[in-house]
Amino acid sequence: MTKQLTWLRKNLFSNWYNSLLTVICLVFLLWVLRGIIIWATTQAQWAVIQVNFHLFLFGRYPQSQYWRIWLVLAIITTLSTITVGAFLGKQKFTIAKLIAPWLSLIWLLSFPVILWLIGGGFGLSPVPSNLWNGLLLTLLMAAVSIVLSFPVGVLLALGRTSNLPVVRWFCILYIEIVRGVPLIGILFLAQVMLPLFFATDVRLDRVVRAIAGLVLFSAAYMAENVRGGLQAISRGQIEAAKALGLNTPLTVIFIVLPQALRAVIPAIVGQFIGLFKDTSLLSLVGLVELTGIARSILAQPQFIGRYAEVYLFIGLIYWLFCYSMSLASRRLEKQLSQ
Amino acid sequence: MTNTKPPFWRDDRFWRIAGQLIAVVLALAIVAILWINLNRNLQQLGIQFGFGFLNQQASFDIGETPIAYQPTDSYSRALWVGLINSLRIAVLGIVFTTIIGVMAGIGRLSDNWLVRNIMLVYVEVFRNTPLLLQLLFWYFAVFLSFPKIENQISLWGFLSFSQNGITTPWFNLSPEFAALLLGLTFYTGAFIAEIVRGGISSVPKGQWEAARSLGLKPSIIMRLVILPQALRVIIPPLTSQYLNLTKNSSLAIAIGYPDLYFVASTTFNQTGKAVEVMLILTLTYLTLSLTISLIMNLFNRRVQIRER
Repeated sequence: MTKQLTWLRKNLFSNWYNSLLTVICLVFLLWVLRGIIIWATTQAQWAVIQVNFHLFLFGRYPQSQYWRIWLVLAIITTLSTITVGAFLGKQKFTIAKLIAPWLSLIWLLSFPVILWLIGGGFGLSPVPSNLWNGLLLTLLMAAVSIVLSFPVGVLLALGRTSNLPVVRWFCILYIEIVRGVPLIGILFLAQVMLPLFFATDVRLDRVVRAIAGLVLFSAAYMAENVRGGLQAISRGQIEAAKALGLNTPLTVIFIVLPQALRAVIPAIVGQFIGLFKDTSLLSLVGLVELTGIARSILAQPQFIGRYAEVYLFIGLIYWLFCYSMSLASRRLEKQLSQ
Repeated sequence: MTNTKPPFWRDDRFWRIAGQLIAVVLALAIVAILWINLNRNLQQLGIQFGFGFLNQQASFDIGETPIAYQPTDSYSRALWVGLINSLRIAVLGIVFTTIIGVMAGIGRLSDNWLVRNIMLVYVEVFRNTPLLLQLLFWYFAVFLSFPKIENQISLWGFLSFSQNGITTPWFNLSPEFAALLLGLTFYTGAFIAEIVRGGISSVPKGQWEAARSLGLKPSIIMRLVILPQALRVIIPPLTSQYLNLTKNSSLAIAIGYPDLYFVASTTFNQTGKAVEVMLILTLTYLTLSLTISLIMNLFNRRVQIRER
């Protein structure tokens, strides 16, 4: 009992203004909680979530083909489990041990397989991209954009720190212009103007255009994060590599980049989280991802005005993904700093 | 001993020049191809490049006009109204988000367990959900669910909330403006809180102890000893948050607040002048961003330690 009392004294009532703060916070908390509980139990109508649950997840993806998405999910879960296992060095299964060195290649190969499973063709019945909706589209867009913007960002960062003035200035110009413009402007550019830049017979899918916009945008920010890491590498590392007779590309790939990227993992994961959240803007250029499907559900006559329920629900989904990414990044950082 | 020169492809100087030449040729080729395609496409659509449309009559209404504007005015006047609306949001947003962010950042380090954890929850909730979603929530779930103006909620007699927004004796905020301001402020504030917390934690503990042993009060220590030192760490990332806030104000289009992007988008829809509108938009936002960067860099130079 005295233990709890000393805890209370130390953490809540150490002096008069701390006690005052505690009381104010308690009153505020009780007021908020009471409001939320009353609203959630008496006024909110959660039917809008129950009825539309599958719409939130998969949108208008044909229900007979859901098994393909479950298969994709199974592939990703298996690969992630093995990757995490390999990373933590707790390989209990021999299979995991066997394929650990090939993991990055397997991930790379799984990518077209996943796209084939979702999109169909080659024996599977095709599902056009305007039917990929909801959380499915959000995750797909985020994953593809993250994977593509990473190498582009690294190249831009290398270009910006290059000692060739022309290359450097091209990269600076690109990075600074893109970072000076709002994302919604870039997405608009990608949706409306990208087709104008291509020959008339080239038809770009709406999803492809959106990914192009996200990658063009995210790569510029990624470049700045990587540049921070590049600046943290001491000259001695490069000079030592030169002394061993490595040429510039080999020095960059084997000496500079591994150290630079490790130094900026938190910033890069932060960028990924930002990109994940930014996919919600695609609803403004006509894509029906998670936020887009929420808007279309709210347009149904029987669910008009149920904004709070729907937005809280999809907010929770976004939050779960973003928060687990930031937790994972913190663990990764700890792991690498050991 | 024969002193043969190495072949040219082993020569660093050759690659320095060749690399740049390749870059220039590639860039020129890409730009040329894009430009030719653009011209051909615009010709097919029957659109002429030019800024003449700016003087034509806009003939659309704008919900909030800080300066006089009528639908009979020109597109340039409409864009000007949009820019002023964007600036209003950006300036007020930067002021409020700084207040909230600094308070939350200091609160995260409070010795009071409740304060610390409320601020933690605030930061984690607002940082990990999309800004667009928060704006939609503020606008549709909060402001549009307020009672009608006849039975408005009144706080202490001078602050009242209704579907018409926030009303005080001095000014009236439209629901669009209020939702955008609140959304941007709380979202950016969560990021600033973490920056402030990082900055304050970067000040060595000895500074606290030294100040305390001089008999200074905690509030004075914070203001005169800790914050000036923390500012050096805080200002560069704070600048990018201000830039983010300014650019994010373009999400106003989702809730119908007529900022620059909103007006530009309407202009494009009516005239089809995608390239011109995009150019105006890009240049304006770049100017805004560069101005904020410049001001913050000047400020940054003032707070940095001057060594010798």
